[in-house]
Amino acid sequence: MKIMNMVQAVNDALDIMLAQDGKVLVFGEDVGVEGGVFRVTEGLQQKYGEDRVFDTPLAESGIVGTAVGMAVAGLRPVVEMQFSGFVYPAFNQIISHVARMRNRTRGRYSIPMVIRMPYGGFIRAIEHHSESMEALFVHIPGLKVVIPSTPYDAKGLLVAAIESDDPVIFMEPKRLYRAIKQEVPDGKFTIPLGKAKVLATGEHITVVSYGALVREVQKAMSLAKKTGISVELIDLRSIYPIDRETITRSVQKTGRFLSVTEGPRTAGVGAELMSIVNEDAFLSLEAPPTRLAGFDTVPPLAQGEHHYHHSPERIFYEIKKLVEY
Amino acid sequence: MSSSKTKSKTALLEEYGALSGKMLQILDYEGRVILAERLPKLSPEEMVTAYQNMLYARTADQMAVSYQRQGRMYTYPPNLGQEAIGVAVGSVMREDDWLVPAYRELSAWLAKGASMKDIFLYFGGHEDGSVLAGAKNMLPSAVPIASQLPHAAGIGYAMKYQGKKDIVFTFVGDGGTSQGDFHEALNFAGVWRAPVVFIIQNNQYAISHPRAHQTAAKSLAVKAEGYGIPGIQVDGNDYLAMVAAVKAAAEHARAGQGPVLIEAVTYRRGAHTTSDDPGRYRTEAEEQKWAERDPLKRLKGYLLAQQLWDETNEEPLISQYKKEIDQQFTEMENHPYDFKDIFIHHYTEIPDDLKQQMVAYEKFLNWKESQQ
Repeated sequence: MKIMNMVQAVNDALDIMLAQDGKVLVFGEDVGVEGGVFRVTEGLQQKYGEDRVFDTPLAESGIVGTAVGMAVAGLRPVVEMQFSGFVYPAFNQIISHVARMRNRTRGRYSIPMVIRMPYGGFIRAIEHHSESMEALFVHIPGLKVVIPSTPYDAKGLLVAAIESDDPVIFMEPKRLYRAIKQEVPDGKFTIPLGKAKVLATGEHITVVSYGALVREVQKAMSLAKKTGISVELIDLRSIYPIDRETITRSVQKTGRFLSVTEGPRTAGVGAELMSIVNEDAFLSLEAPPTRLAGFDTVPPLAQGEHHYHHSPERIFYEIKKLVEY
Repeated sequence: MSSSKTKSKTALLEEYGALSGKMLQILDYEGRVILAERLPKLSPEEMVTAYQNMLYARTADQMAVSYQRQGRMYTYPPNLGQEAIGVAVGSVMREDDWLVPAYRELSAWLAKGASMKDIFLYFGGHEDGSVLAGAKNMLPSAVPIASQLPHAAGIGYAMKYQGKKDIVFTFVGDGGTSQGDFHEALNFAGVWRAPVVFIIQNNQYAISHPRAHQTAAKSLAVKAEGYGIPGIQVDGNDYLAMVAAVKAAAEHARAGQGPVLIEAVTYRRGAHTTSDDPGRYRTEAEEQKWAERDPLKRLKGYLLAQQLWDETNEEPLISQYKKEIDQQFTEMENHPYDFKDIFIHHYTEIPDDLKQQMVAYEKFLNWKESQQ
């Protein structure tokens, strides 16, 4: 066991997979010599060489598009988008090829690729560095979408993502990169994709969240506890495939549901979660399934971001309303 | 390998380099040799086979258009007039080399081992047409323009990384050179010195938009200069010039010297697709001018002069091809479609949620059947 933050845990996962499998390549902008702008890939080029860990020209479509070619030729590329706000030039490749290749060739070619990207806000960043657009990827058939909330999860989920024969969008909450440290086991372990984790059992309400907001929900739970409200907290971990069963079982018990997510509300992940609750736990409901999501706005810059990002107080406020409904 | 009579192949890329302003042409419009020192060394059998392959591709293409017109197949992009380019690539491409196509290189597909049944399946609305099981190391068509080019660069990187000597052939049209992915792919391949032969089929139109309005550059080949790689402009309707250029490019790539850009100047004698009407954007006089430069006519002219071809062979051969092709079309028409295939191929294991959608739809189908 080592004490690690999320940057170190992601680095450890990459290190283990590079060591284990010569088919694994890591590349993107500034990931080699520099070790990534967040130092996530630090030391990997020195250890595995410039043909396995390398810097590319500054072109996201080129990065993802060439990775498609490598994947069909038998390699397992793990590419980095420097920030999720810069992934959009690669969308044509992601939608038209990464996600579709397996289906359109009826399984002749699969795309065992991981596209890593730091995402999410509340770090007082400049424009285009605060968005939480995971719903865009969830809407693309053929992709898996994974978001860790702890260093331990980041390592286990990333190893599983690299071992997956399906393409995985791996979104790293940059707000948590150095915010949490915890014990992470040495060596290789995996956390299954498509499975949520019940982080706390409770009686009165089910809260589903993921990424950086899990920690904020945990703070809100302390506030709730003081008023006698017992919260069941589920960390989704995989946004797609979505673990319907864990969510449904919990809401059948608690009768109340709140999702806490960061991205814009309309057609967001919260809407999908509420639909699942409606479809599978309708008769257990004691209050309307509710979503706390980002506003349908561009995330405000530093001066306004405390209005946009959910504080523990805001989350508690929504929990209380539902329990008192 | 250069002989005393013919100049070395890679020197060709220098002599006809993109900045030379020259277009490589070995046969004139009647099929007479005008550049003997660049004549590729081909046996009589290879010449005849090439002509037959062009004839097969043309026959198949015209039948595809006809099936579409009969309402037996859906939208199809005709290849008429562009057959020499794919046949030339096919004559150089080895079994383990990769083919990364766009969608208008029928003769290259056939050379790689795709069958007309595959093609008919695809344009007949079956995903099974993109499996291409008989074509080793080939990707399916790429409809989003130029998006296939980065794949070729990535495969090229993989060949180098894996220590393989196989190379990649990829296609794009003149319109595709305006896309960002064209730039990114050539740039990446150049930086990596990836073994990729990029072939632009400059057929003069991107649907209705003429080449002159696609770029202010003097040629499309000249774009290679911006990536530090060789570029060459070739008469794409001149089979022998195409073979010479593709051989030189393949030799360059296989020797580890990196990518090459070939601009094959040709003309799309048919419509963009069967939904398009070229009469809206070009003249009959222009079409007639290019009909006179037709690649089959020119190679046949050469073969006849060399006494390698007997005109009376042609009709029986076409009849035989038609019979074979029609047989494959019938197989496509009898190809089954299982709705479950819509669901089960997206992931290595179908996600529970998607499985529920499939099961729910099946229940509906069963209910519907019970109502009849």
